[in-house]
Amino acid sequence: MRSDPQGPARRLVIHSIGPDPRAESVRSGAKSLLLPDLGAVQVAQIVWCSTPLADDERCRLTDFLVDPLLQTAQWGWVEPLGQTVEVAYLPGVTDSEAREVQRAALILGIEVGEVATGRLYEVQVPVAPDALDSLVRRLLANPVVERWSVSGPVLPPLGTRGAVAPTVERFVLGDQAALATLNLDRAMALDPEELLAVRDYFAREARTPTDVELEMIAQTWSEHCAHKTFRARLLDESGVEFRPLLQRIRDTTDQIASPHVVSAFVGNAGIVTYDGVTTLALKCETHNHPSAVEPFGGANTGVGGVIRDILGAAHDPIVCTDILCFGPLNLAPALLPAGSLHPRRIHDGVISGVADYGNKIGLPTIAGAVLYDEGYVANPLVFAGCIGRSTLDAPVLSGPHTGDSVIVMGGRTGRDGIRGATFSSLAMDATTGEVAGASVQIGDPLTERLVMEALRECVGMYSAITDCGAGGLSSAVGEMAEGIGATCELDRVPLKYHGLAPWEIWLSESQERMVLAARDPEPIRKVCERFGIDSAVIGTFTGSGRIVVTSGDAVVCDLDTSFLHDGRPQRTMVFRRPLRSQGGPSKASVPVPLAETLLLLLAHPNICSRSSVVHRYDHEIGGATVVRPLTGHRNEGHSDGTVWIDPRADEGFAVGIGVNPWYGLADPMEMGRLVVDEAIRNAVASGADPSRVTLLDNFSWGDPRDPEVLGQLWATVEGMCEASNAFGAPFVSGKDSLNNAWTGTDGVRTSIPPTLVVTAVAAVHADHVVTSDLKESGNALVLLGRTESAFGGSHVNLLLGTGGGAVPRADEFAPARYLRLHEAMSTGLVRSCHDCSEGGLAVTVAEMCIAGGFGAHIDVLPTDDAITAWFSESSGRLVVEVRRGDLERFLDLMEIDALVIGEVTADPVLRMAGGIPVPLANLAAAWSGGTS
Amino acid sequence: MERGHIVNAPTALVVGAPGTNRDADVMLALELAGADCRRVTPGELGADPTPLESSQLLVLAGGFSYGDNTGAGRLFGLEIDSLAGDSIRRFISHGRPVLGICNGFQALVRAGLLPGAPGAIALGHNESGSFDCRWVRIQPVSARSVWTRGLVEDIDCPIAHGEGRFTCSTATLAALEQSDSIAFRYAGSNPNGSAGAVAGICDPSGVVLGLMPHPENHVLQRQNPQAARGERGGLGLALFRAGVDHARSC
Repeated sequence: MRSDPQGPARRLVIHSIGPDPRAESVRSGAKSLLLPDLGAVQVAQIVWCSTPLADDERCRLTDFLVDPLLQTAQWGWVEPLGQTVEVAYLPGVTDSEAREVQRAALILGIEVGEVATGRLYEVQVPVAPDALDSLVRRLLANPVVERWSVSGPVLPPLGTRGAVAPTVERFVLGDQAALATLNLDRAMALDPEELLAVRDYFAREARTPTDVELEMIAQTWSEHCAHKTFRARLLDESGVEFRPLLQRIRDTTDQIASPHVVSAFVGNAGIVTYDGVTTLALKCETHNHPSAVEPFGGANTGVGGVIRDILGAAHDPIVCTDILCFGPLNLAPALLPAGSLHPRRIHDGVISGVADYGNKIGLPTIAGAVLYDEGYVANPLVFAGCIGRSTLDAPVLSGPHTGDSVIVMGGRTGRDGIRGATFSSLAMDATTGEVAGASVQIGDPLTERLVMEALRECVGMYSAITDCGAGGLSSAVGEMAEGIGATCELDRVPLKYHGLAPWEIWLSESQERMVLAARDPEPIRKVCERFGIDSAVIGTFTGSGRIVVTSGDAVVCDLDTSFLHDGRPQRTMVFRRPLRSQGGPSKASVPVPLAETLLLLLAHPNICSRSSVVHRYDHEIGGATVVRPLTGHRNEGHSDGTVWIDPRADEGFAVGIGVNPWYGLADPMEMGRLVVDEAIRNAVASGADPSRVTLLDNFSWGDPRDPEVLGQLWATVEGMCEASNAFGAPFVSGKDSLNNAWTGTDGVRTSIPPTLVVTAVAAVHADHVVTSDLKESGNALVLLGRTESAFGGSHVNLLLGTGGGAVPRADEFAPARYLRLHEAMSTGLVRSCHDCSEGGLAVTVAEMCIAGGFGAHIDVLPTDDAITAWFSESSGRLVVEVRRGDLERFLDLMEIDALVIGEVTADPVLRMAGGIPVPLANLAAAWSGGTS
Repeated sequence: MERGHIVNAPTALVVGAPGTNRDADVMLALELAGADCRRVTPGELGADPTPLESSQLLVLAGGFSYGDNTGAGRLFGLEIDSLAGDSIRRFISHGRPVLGICNGFQALVRAGLLPGAPGAIALGHNESGSFDCRWVRIQPVSARSVWTRGLVEDIDCPIAHGEGRFTCSTATLAALEQSDSIAFRYAGSNPNGSAGAVAGICDPSGVVLGLMPHPENHVLQRQNPQAARGERGGLGLALFRAGVDHARSC
C-alpha cells in the first residue's frame, strides 16, 4: 500500500558499508553494562516521508542521501534476519536531519511532505527479551525523547501534531491543603508561604487565576530563576542573622572595587574589561537534571543555553568551557539506583552533546575539567561556560522603552522543554526520567549559529535583549517588562506545529530563541530574513506595569509585574555551621612505596590523561587558542590554564578552572578558599596577570532545606569571598543549582558532594605565555610555595581508602607569590610552569616530564617526610623550570618559598629522592592508560 | 613592490552556507596572503554571478553546513552545483584557483568539481568513529596543483572533522596518483584512516584543491602549539600565498 509509512514509497533505510563506529560503540557499551555479547551489530538510518514517492523521485533522493562508496539504500520494510530495534523521535522533538532532507528535496524538486528520521539496530546473535529490553533502555533509545519497536517497524512521528488546541483553565485557590495539592499536580515547586501570597494576590484582584498565570508565577519564582536560597534571610542555629549569600558575594565585589569590572551580577552575564577598549562577557551555567535523564540533549542544550546568555548580554560569543562530574565509569550495574542511567552512558552522551553543539556552532571549547566520584552517580553535573566579546563603546542598551515592540527571533516554539525551571528546582527520584520527559530536548546549533551571526548585524537596532531560557517567553518577556509592562499576543508567536495550549506557548523552553525590544522592528526583521531565521513582533512594551497576554480574543494572563518580581515572600532559612576539618595527617603518613603510588595516582580517573575527551572538541577554530588544553612535545600533556588571543591582537585572556568536591566534603569553608586559589593559580601558571583577574562562581549543591547542606553552602561562600578579597579578584557572575539530591527507591535522600566551580578569567600578553611541558635538559626545577602535612580530601587518601584529617589551608602568601611569578614570566625567566594540585608534587613533576618528553632528577625535598613531600596537596604551589643562568635572578625575584628541588634530564627517567627511578614510558603508560 | 601588491590585490570570494563557521579564519589567511575578501552564500551566488565573475579566487570554507545533518557537505554541495555549478565551471576553465577546506572539500566532492566525484571518491566517517581535533603534518606532493607546486616545506595545521576519511578504490587511487592529483598526504600518522594517507586532492587542471586539514589556522607562528618550545612550524600561510599569487595572474 503506497500510503503505508513503512512501504517502499515512503521509507528509506541507509546502511553503512564497512565497519560502522556506531555499531562498535553499541557492542562495547553492552559489554560495559555486562549484557551478553551481541556479536555483529548493524546500525542503519531510517528516513520516512509523509508523501509517497514515485520511482524517479526515489532514485534522485537516493542519489543525494546515499553515497555509493560508503552506504547502501533499501526502500520499504524488509523482514530482518536477526533481531531488530527501530527507534524514532517522539512527536515534537527537534529532528534537524529531517529538516535538511526536506531542504534537499526542495532543491531536487521532490514533494516529500513531512519527514522524520530514525535508527535501525540489527543484532545477529539472539538476545533474551529481558536482556534486549535492558539493551534498548540503557543504550539504544531514551524514552524521554524517543520511542521504539522491537522486531517490527516503529511508528514515525508524522502527521500526529495537528491536535486541537486545548483552552485555558482557571483555578479556584482553596485552603492550604488544596493549594498543596495544586502545587504538586502542576509541578509548581512553590513554598507554602509563596502559595499563600499567590492566593492573596488573586483575592486582591478579585478573580481566579488562569493556568498561564499560575505557570508564569511558578517559573518566575522557581529556585532556578529567583535564587530563593541565595536571596534568603539566613539564621544560624543560635538565631544570629547573616546577610543573604548573594548579598555577601556582591558586597565582596563592591569592596574590591576593581577597575576591570564593567557590570557584575546584573543581567545575563558579568562584564569586564582588561584594556579599557574590549569588553568580555563571562557566564557559566549548569544543566544537571536534564543531563541526568537525557545526557546528549541535556548537555547539548546546556551549551546552547549559556551561549544565548552571552548573546543576551549583547556580546559576540567566542569560546566555550565545560566542567563535568560523573559517577565512576566502572560502576557495577547492580549498584545503579533504579531509574538512573549508567555513568558510562551519561559520560558518553554528555561529551557527545557538548562536542556536537560547540563544534557545530563553531566556538572553540578551550577549557574544562572532568571529575569522577560515587556521589555523582544518580546526579551528574554539567557546567557549561561561555565568554563573549564586545567593546566599551558599543551602543548602550537603555530599554525597553514604552512603545517598543516585543520581538522573538530564532527557533520556533513547540511543546518541548516545558517547565524546565521548576524541574531543575525539584529533587529527582526513580520516576523523574518519565515525568520530566517534556523538560528535555535536543538542541539545534545550526539555528543558533544563524541567530549569532544575525545579531552581529543587529547591533544598534534594539534597545534591550535577553535570551529565552528557563521559563521561555514568560521568563524572558517577564524580566524585560519588569516595571514597564507589556502586552503579548500568543497567536503571533511562530510555532513548530499547531495544537499548543496558551500556557504551553508562553512557558515552552524551545531552544535557540532570543527576545528583543526595538522602537522600529523592521530592520531586525530584514536581517533575520536574510539569515533565514524566523522573527515576529509578538507585542508591545506598554508602560502599564502589567504583563498582559492574549490568545485569540481572550486575555489569558494579566499580572502586575511588581507582584511578579517583588511579591514573593523572602525565605528565612536556618543553617548549621559545619565543623572545620582538623587533626594531623591521617593514614597517608604511613609509608607507601613511592614509585608504585605515583603510578597508581597517574592512572587515577581524576588525574589521568583527558586526551580522549579533549580531542572530541574543536579547540582550534578562530585560530586564537595559543595555549590549548593539551600541550607539550606531542600535544598530549595537560595545561593548567588555557589562553585565547585574537590573531590580530597581542593581548587576550587565560581561563583557569578550580574545583575540588573532596575538600567540600571535608571542609566547605576551606574548599571555598582553595578553589579560588586553584582557578587563579591555573591562569597564572599559563602567563596571566594576577592583578587583572575576575571570577565566576557556580554552585551545584544538595537540598538547601537541610540545615547541614545549607551550612556547607554558607561556609563555602564565606571562604570563597575571603579568597576573592585576598586576591583582589572580584566575582562578576554566578549561578547556583540546588536540589541536586536523589531519593532512591528505598526512600533515602542523598545529596551530591558540595561542588563549587570557580572560573578565573585573566588578562594575558602573547609574549608572556608559558606552558607546562619541560623544555630543556639541565634546567633547574624550582618548587614555589609551602608544603604542609595535610591530607584531608587528598588523592593519596582517596587512593589508599584512608580519610579524615585537615584539608590543606589556603596560603596567605599566595597572592604575593603569583605577582612575583608573573613578573618572572614577563621577563622571560620561566621556561615551563605547572601547578601542584591533585596528587601533589610527584604527579606535577611526572606530568611535566610526560608533556615535555624529558626526565627529571629531584634530589631536594621540601620536607623530610617523604609522603608529605611527594603527595601533599598543599595549596598555592607551582613547579617552575628555569635556565641555570637565570636561576639567581629568579630566586632573588621570588624572595621566599622558592626551593630548587632538582633538574630536567635528557635521560627519560624520573628519579625521585627516596624512590626507585621510573622510566618516562612507564609514567606515560600509567597516565594515558587510566580508567577514564 | 609592496605598493604593487596592494594595487594588485586579487579578490577572493568566500562561499559559506548556513553553518559554515571557519569563514572568518580563512578570510584572515587570505588577507595575510594579500587578497581582498568578500563573503557570499550559495543562494546569493546563484541569484547573481557578478561577484564570482569579478573575483580571481574562490574558497569554500569549513564548518558544518546545514549541520551536516544529511552527511558532511552534501547539501552544501548540492546547492553549489544546482545554483552556481555552471558559473563555477566557467571560473575554473579560466584557470582561476578554487579551494575547498574540510566541509568545503566535502562539498566540492559532492558538487562534482574534483576528479571522479561523486561516486568514485568520498569522505567517510573517521576510523576512530568520532570527531577529532588534533594537529597534523601534511606534505605537499603535487607538481600539478597551482596551490602546492611552489611549496617547499610541509605544513603543520589542525584537523577538526568527523568525516574526513578519504575513500576510494585502489584503482581510483592509482589513477589519482598517476595523474598527479594527490595534492597532500598526511606525513607521519594518518589521523582518520584515509586511503593512501590522502589529505587533499586537486583536479586535472591543477586549479581546484580540496583538503581536510585547516591551513588557515596556522598563519602566525604563535598559533603553532610548539611555539612555546621555541620551535617554528610549517605555516599554512604558504598555501594561501601560492593561491593568491596564482590568482594575481588570472
